[in-house]
Amino acid sequence: MTDSKYFTTTKKGEIFELKAELNSDKKEKKKEAVKKVIASMTVGKDVSALFPDVVNCMQTDNLELKKLVYLYLMNYAKSQPDMAIMAVNTFVKDCEDANPLIRALAVRTMGCIRVDKITEYLCEPLRKCLKDEDPYVRKTAAVCVAKLHDINAQLVEDQGFLDTLKDLISDSNPMVVANAVAALSEIAESHPNSNLLDLNPQSINKLLTALNECTEWGQIFILDCLANYTPRDDRESQSICERVTPRLSHANSAVVLSAVKVLMKFMEMLPKDLDYYSTLLKKLAPPLVTLLSAEPELQYVALRNINLIVQKRPEILKHEMKVFFVKYNDPIYVKLEKLDIMIRLASQANIAQVLAELKEYATEVDVDFVRKAVRAIGRCAIKVEQSAERCVSTLLDLIQTKVNYVVQEAIVVIKDIFRKYPNKYESVIATLCENLDSLDEPEARAAMIWIVGEYAERIDNADELLESFLEGFHDESTQVQLQLLTAIVKLFLKKPTETQELVQQVLSLATQDSDNPDLRDRGYIYWRLLSTDPVAAKEVVLAEKPLISEETDLIEPTLLEELICHIGTLASVYHKPPSAFVEGSRGVMHKRLPARTGSGESTESPDVGTAAGGSAPEAAPSIIPSQGDLLGDLLNLDMAPPTTSGPPPPTTGMQMGGMDLLGGGLDSLMGDESEPLGGDIGGSPAMGAGFGAAPAVMPASLNAPVGGGLGDLFDLGGVGMPMGAYIPPKIVWLPAMKAKGLEISGTFARRAGVIQMELILTNKAMSVMTDFAIQFNRNSFGLAPAGPLQVLTPLGPNQTIEVSLPLSTVGPVMKMDPLNNLQVAVKNNIDVFYFSCQYPISMLFVEDGKMERQVFLATWKDIPNDNESQFQIKDCHLNSDAASSKLQGSNIFTIAKRTVEGQDMLYMSIKLSNGIWVLAELRVQAGNPNYTISLKCRAPEVSQCVFQCYEAVLKN
Amino acid sequence: MINSLFLINPSGEMFLEKHWKSVVSRSVCDYFLEAKEKALEPEDVPPVIHTPHHYLISIYRDKLFFLSVIQTEVPPLFVIEFLHRVAEMIQDYFGECSETVVKDHMVMVYELLEEMLDNGFPLATESNVLKEMIRPPTILRSVVNTLTGTSNVGDTLLTGQLSTIPWRRAGVRYTNNEAYFDVVEEIDAILDQSGTTVFAEIQGVVEACVKLSGMPDLTLSFMNPRLLDDVSFHPCVRYKLWESERVLSFIPPDGNFTLMTYHVNAQNLVAIPVYVKQSISFFECGSDGRLDVTVGPKQTMGKTVEGVMVTVHLPKTILSINLTATQGSYTYDNGTKLLVWDIGKLNPQKLPNLRGSLSLQAGAPKPEENPSLNIDLKIQQLAISGLKVNRLDMFGEKYKPFKGVKYITKAGKFQVLTITASINKYT
Repeated sequence: MTDSKYFTTTKKGEIFELKAELNSDKKEKKKEAVKKVIASMTVGKDVSALFPDVVNCMQTDNLELKKLVYLYLMNYAKSQPDMAIMAVNTFVKDCEDANPLIRALAVRTMGCIRVDKITEYLCEPLRKCLKDEDPYVRKTAAVCVAKLHDINAQLVEDQGFLDTLKDLISDSNPMVVANAVAALSEIAESHPNSNLLDLNPQSINKLLTALNECTEWGQIFILDCLANYTPRDDRESQSICERVTPRLSHANSAVVLSAVKVLMKFMEMLPKDLDYYSTLLKKLAPPLVTLLSAEPELQYVALRNINLIVQKRPEILKHEMKVFFVKYNDPIYVKLEKLDIMIRLASQANIAQVLAELKEYATEVDVDFVRKAVRAIGRCAIKVEQSAERCVSTLLDLIQTKVNYVVQEAIVVIKDIFRKYPNKYESVIATLCENLDSLDEPEARAAMIWIVGEYAERIDNADELLESFLEGFHDESTQVQLQLLTAIVKLFLKKPTETQELVQQVLSLATQDSDNPDLRDRGYIYWRLLSTDPVAAKEVVLAEKPLISEETDLIEPTLLEELICHIGTLASVYHKPPSAFVEGSRGVMHKRLPARTGSGESTESPDVGTAAGGSAPEAAPSIIPSQGDLLGDLLNLDMAPPTTSGPPPPTTGMQMGGMDLLGGGLDSLMGDESEPLGGDIGGSPAMGAGFGAAPAVMPASLNAPVGGGLGDLFDLGGVGMPMGAYIPPKIVWLPAMKAKGLEISGTFARRAGVIQMELILTNKAMSVMTDFAIQFNRNSFGLAPAGPLQVLTPLGPNQTIEVSLPLSTVGPVMKMDPLNNLQVAVKNNIDVFYFSCQYPISMLFVEDGKMERQVFLATWKDIPNDNESQFQIKDCHLNSDAASSKLQGSNIFTIAKRTVEGQDMLYMSIKLSNGIWVLAELRVQAGNPNYTISLKCRAPEVSQCVFQCYEAVLKN
Repeated sequence: MINSLFLINPSGEMFLEKHWKSVVSRSVCDYFLEAKEKALEPEDVPPVIHTPHHYLISIYRDKLFFLSVIQTEVPPLFVIEFLHRVAEMIQDYFGECSETVVKDHMVMVYELLEEMLDNGFPLATESNVLKEMIRPPTILRSVVNTLTGTSNVGDTLLTGQLSTIPWRRAGVRYTNNEAYFDVVEEIDAILDQSGTTVFAEIQGVVEACVKLSGMPDLTLSFMNPRLLDDVSFHPCVRYKLWESERVLSFIPPDGNFTLMTYHVNAQNLVAIPVYVKQSISFFECGSDGRLDVTVGPKQTMGKTVEGVMVTVHLPKTILSINLTATQGSYTYDNGTKLLVWDIGKLNPQKLPNLRGSLSLQAGAPKPEENPSLNIDLKIQQLAISGLKVNRLDMFGEKYKPFKGVKYITKAGKFQVLTITASINKYT
């Protein structure tokens, strides 16, 4: 007899029939009927109409029937809360039953009924069950606290269940301990700052004892909980490691990985010269290898974690390369992960084997996999210098296959190989050029163009090749366009005589016909460079490129440390910190690896320190990641340069600021040879000597943006400045997690007529940061740095520096939304980071913003009423005079005051740095904390921002 | 913890859902079905999928997807292990794990799932414990139940639930006391074209079937335990004793269980039992090719190799094949291009050979891919690593049990790489 019989009745009267059966006197019939109901429920049929009839069957001594009714209740109680109350009495009675199984079942089921009214009745029985004499009941009750917390957190706290739960950690029964830990961990996840799992050496000892005796699942909970503990010293750390190590041989892979997490974390505290340390390292490898013989899904998770472990401690698996070889019938997601790890483990010792494997993979069928395999060959070449030659010849073999995507992928990686080993493998260029026509992916096209440009002098028909790309210039992706522009400029600098026409063509395509600002800017920069000083241009464009680093996709050390603390979790699968993606991560705390604190003097010896330092991956400062190398030849042109030479203090900085992009940037690049660029340089056709033919074709439009930008210089008059301008508190603009360890917080201020961006830079990464530079995107009020970012000393780990950056308002203008939004790029030796912030518009209020009374009246009338907007400022307890003087501090000037029927009317004027006037009428009623403000302005879109400033100034 | 479980068949139909916390709408599976559409094979569906509000962790097993929905940070391995446990439980209870079986026993599966998790926390996952609480169906029992009105659900608290040996129930009684151990080893290997081992390892497992009364305490020792450096044990094994004396000491669960798994990857210890001579070649011009495969015994320790089977995925451009086998028979599916040659027992005097011609689709170029041969084989009474059980002792009970050990070696993922050659003229 099977359950399928329950599904056979599909007649209309089904519900009625069931109803009759449920109310039958015969126990057996009742049970059959409940089974039918449950069967319908499991396939998603709605049988909620039978609620009262099913609940009636609950009063029974037949355990199976009881369980079935409970299953039904859990499913439908939510939809029928009033009816569910009917069941409460039975639950309460069952919680007193002599049979512990029934007591536990009752409290367990009650917790699953997510109805508020029921939870009220749950508290008393739950309290009793938490202290029940039978451990089975206690362990069930522990989980029930977590359930209740999910439904009503406040109730759980008020009733003191959390404390009872904490007490259960010291329970005599390991299963109860494990469940209490599990419940507390789940609750703690929604209360990140609570000290729910307050671990101390005593409780740790209890957990370690329970660890040996509880179920596999309990072990996972306990191990995950242990991982949150920070031992006091290396001895404690070692003793915990010793007691956790046997878990590495558990059959359950989740237990193994959780144990690996605890060990990886606590190892950090052990002195590296300890014998135990190396023993532990050896013990970690076999369990990790074993995980790879499990089911593919387990392998996948294991591989993602191994990827982290290999980055943190490559020594563990360095001899296990072969287990990562891809098998024919591995699922694709396992293959791709294995490939990643193979490259991480590749070294001179095993490179031959790895290459042979990779070559094999490159002939497989799955396109994604093949691409990745080809890329991997390139990465091997870059990583292991001795193998470069073999890699290149393997890649050439692959190109000969003429399989389209293989060829493209190979060309992309060969470009990287050229970057790493310049002037070594150029003999293959001819082969590459043969395949020009088959390239249809932007990345491959860009790579090929880069190669042609870089080696233009060795390719006879370089001009023809590049010209062929130029035909469809506008249909190319930005990546290709930028590359083509640079390549042709390189070509011109190398073979000036034959390629003038080509370079003019590409410059005009880039500057005149393109609406991509990056492309245009680059075009202008080249154009100006070429026209001013071709020698300098040569130095800039054909400068020696910095080497690319070996490992291009290493995880940033801070992130890696955090992820190591999260081994085995979803975070480790996604390689992202939990805060970045966990739903409702209510401020998840960042976990850190513990710092090593020795218990004895001997462990602090300096040679230990150096050993530790030696094992960490070192980043040579001259190396930039290869991702950036497409732009590498542009060097830092799009960023203000680092101030290593110490530029003059920005006394005249206001004027200089506008041309920072061109002036300052090129200045230091070109060195002493070049003259400082004057404001008229774009305007005059002063083309360089060696650029004879060019002036005639220089488009007029070139003059416009530069001339405009510089001609429009602004004076920010030296009007005396009353003190007390409002400065908002500093807030974090760029969290360290997003910027590879660089944290930036700051605010804006106007001090003595100068707008300043006040920044605090904090280095939370492990390596030293240097070469800071800052640049703004175009913004509503033309804000731009008036000088370079003055960070003269390198910023060491955990160091903080305060910098104040004077700003000018003569930069390029683009309307932003919101109006006061500012997008900022900050660069350091590691990378470029972007963030956006909003500035208080009050910093743009200039000191000479006081209007003449007559002018005010006339202007007020003149501005159409449509432009008037009214706002309310609530809860402000200043009188009109105090308000007036406070506002004056922020350059909001009161022109006149009128009192009508106990209401003060203040008339005020404001002038923005771009010359926009804002007129205001502020009405203050004595005794009424709510002000009314009317703003009139020819540009009504600023009103909202101005109002915000009023509010901020008045309330601070 | 684990919120919900969906069972999904290969055509994407959800035929069972179970929620341990609040109900999650079925529509969440759409993200999974989307990923499934994208994957070429059902095996290729990524096991962890991120949706805006949930995580979907799935396994593919016995042609079914087990999909769990989670909402908070839960170790994915924990979930995957649990899902495999669910599949094993179904297999254990009903003899097989399939859609039909689950549909036939819907209510019982549902009851079982309820026992396995509470609020998403594992409650009872040991087969012994589950079987005490919900008795597996037998024809006899269902007849008895109908006649007497008794139920399948146990109504006493299990002693095993809370003792320090949760895996064993108390009061076990057998008339015949017996303990059998199967040492099963699978060889995973990749051999290159010339027959050189690229990679080889042995995955071993000791399966036990122990039916002993009372609370027996067993000690199993090996002749050569040093072979095993990478092991994982059933929770019943006392790890300390293994560390110090290299013996397995344990109080066994009742019935079938996996005592330990191990793996040997020291290259010199992995004997390769067969060799394969193969050539697949295509004529430089024309649309024909040749295939020639011979299998012979290599390091077999004097045992006979049985159940030999060779599977090849031929290139897509093959139109038809015409082969003759000197032993066994071959099947070829032109749709999937899968060639399966079932050889059977390997006779060292007369080596089996499969040869003949391949014809390509007209005008198709010489295939680029190099098909690899997957080999299946079996050797009875041999653990290829050389592992041997020394003795089994029992303490704690007075009776004399029947004891037995069986060895078997199989091929796991055993593949031979090929290289397609070009030939100029027929030789």
